[in-house]
Amino acid sequence: MTDIVLPLLIAVPIVAAVAPLLLSLWSTETGWPVATVAALIETGLAAVLLRSVYLDGRLVHEVGGYPAPYGIELVGDGLSAPIVALVAVVSLGVLAFARSAGPRRNSFYSAYLLCVGGLMGISITGDLFNMFVFLEITGIATYALVAADRSGESAIAALKYLLLGTTGASLFLIGVGYALISTGTLNMVDLSVRLAEIYTTPGGSRVVLASFGFIAVGLGLKAAIFPLHTWQPDAYTYAPDTVTVFIAALASTVYAYALGRVVLTVFTVDFFDAVPLAQDGLLALATVSILAGSALAAVQSEVKRMFAYSSVAQFGLVVAAFALATPDSVLGGVIHLVGHGLMKGGLFAAAAILAARHGARTVDDYARLGYRSPVVAAALGVLGFALVGVPPSIGFLGKWYVALGAVRAEAWPVAVVVFLSTLFTLVYVARLLERLYFADPGTAATPAPGEAVTDGGDEDETADRVDSRVPDSVSVGMVAVVVLTALVVVALGFATSGFETLLDPVLTEVFSQ
Amino acid sequence: MIELLATRWAYAAFILLMVTGIYMMIANANLVKKVIGLNLFQSAVFLFFIASAYVVDGSVPIVHSEGGGGPYVSPLPHVIVLTAIVVGVSLTAVALALIVRIYGEYGTLDEAVLREVSDD
Repeated sequence: MTDIVLPLLIAVPIVAAVAPLLLSLWSTETGWPVATVAALIETGLAAVLLRSVYLDGRLVHEVGGYPAPYGIELVGDGLSAPIVALVAVVSLGVLAFARSAGPRRNSFYSAYLLCVGGLMGISITGDLFNMFVFLEITGIATYALVAADRSGESAIAALKYLLLGTTGASLFLIGVGYALISTGTLNMVDLSVRLAEIYTTPGGSRVVLASFGFIAVGLGLKAAIFPLHTWQPDAYTYAPDTVTVFIAALASTVYAYALGRVVLTVFTVDFFDAVPLAQDGLLALATVSILAGSALAAVQSEVKRMFAYSSVAQFGLVVAAFALATPDSVLGGVIHLVGHGLMKGGLFAAAAILAARHGARTVDDYARLGYRSPVVAAALGVLGFALVGVPPSIGFLGKWYVALGAVRAEAWPVAVVVFLSTLFTLVYVARLLERLYFADPGTAATPAPGEAVTDGGDEDETADRVDSRVPDSVSVGMVAVVVLTALVVVALGFATSGFETLLDPVLTEVFSQ
Repeated sequence: MIELLATRWAYAAFILLMVTGIYMMIANANLVKKVIGLNLFQSAVFLFFIASAYVVDGSVPIVHSEGGGGPYVSPLPHVIVLTAIVVGVSLTAVALALIVRIYGEYGTLDEAVLREVSDD
């Protein structure tokens, strides 16, 4: 009966999303408590799922009692359980952050809960069209969240995200259409069997390749893989800081997971063997993304933008891991998905606190803040080093397994690029840390705490305009979230065996044929 | 080629509409027209699904209790399109709400002007 947690994981936040809207007739301050209760339930359900998958392996729920190829299946396995846990924990952490950081409107929390429900849906669905529906639910909620800041820039960034995100989802739908027309099924496991019958017949691989191409580009657009990333830096930069923490930690993570799921479960490793072009193409895309994202991140002056481009590189790494399709690299890919979600969420949260306290938005603004906000700066340093891949941390584990997979598969270009990306990451993280701790005291003429905070980048607005993205005040809870994230990131660096046990059944199944 | 167009014209129309929609999104500077392009692109995908469900001489897929009565057109793509239409409508609503806000803030919907305003 534990399989009941699967539909509940999706239903609880979506049903709860209605409550803040109804309750705003009575009071406009009810959004946060409702969201917190829902997130706590989600965390409990995710813990049950994680435990069940850890002990018994795959967990399946047939929606409405219709059996698999006809009805929709919800699947909890070693691939989806860590992502579900990440979504649940991060959504709870972001709420702890949002308690004093805002936004406080009830409608914000409705969108927030819808987004959580959509992310859960993408993570555990076993049906390709169902995945599209959840992609769009998540998408619509994310566009609304990005626009939750009342500035014009955030509306433009959200619209840009909407146009590109919808195009991505539609391309995904075309790919699903090709697969449906050639096989007549939408269930992922069933599809993998029937697609295999098609691409092994002579001349039949073209339609499968077309389907793969549309789906890969569609999800690549959603996960912001270079050169399909153009919506992402603006969306991250102009969204309210709370929202940036949330979407940077989860949105692209879950889309990249979806890509991995489709590659491994629907198209399978055999397809890569039969049609090497698919694997080469995806690897090339991922490799370019790592290099370009890292290079772009290294030249940014605004901190949020720098972390945004860094995500482009890190998701390139994850997609490369799934495209390599070896047991080591897939393990690394999943670990890095979870790790990157935590690290990037923590980094954006730390940046939000520094922006609220000192008005620091650019790398130069960070001069000597290490002495004025020692705790947050130290946590930022730990998270930064974890992102580079310094052990012991989950960042090291993920990169290690991806690199190991690349070396064992003798994909030398990928191995070299993974190593180069580490150096690039070190470049921009070191630049930030140098400013934080070793900047010349004379250059530390940043606005004093408590002064009106102006946006460092855009001088065209009236100078006294308050940056509406930053939290109103910094609470102990917000600092605690950042410190806790840093500790978890380090602690998970020792969790190798846990991840291996969790993923072992999936890896055996995927790579057995 | 001609034969292909004669028998598969619905798919040709899908490609044409899709490419037109994408072109509208790229080439038009006006944000509302971009959204219209997006709608066109999505409608093309819907038509693609509907066309794929068609069966020559197929009837409405309502199976009577005694069975038989086929062939039926495939109901699955219809359901998919119905869902996708709902999604498309909500997306258009969100997009238009954002456009209203952008117009209120800047007084223009021209992409080039907006870029100038937010760059300097």
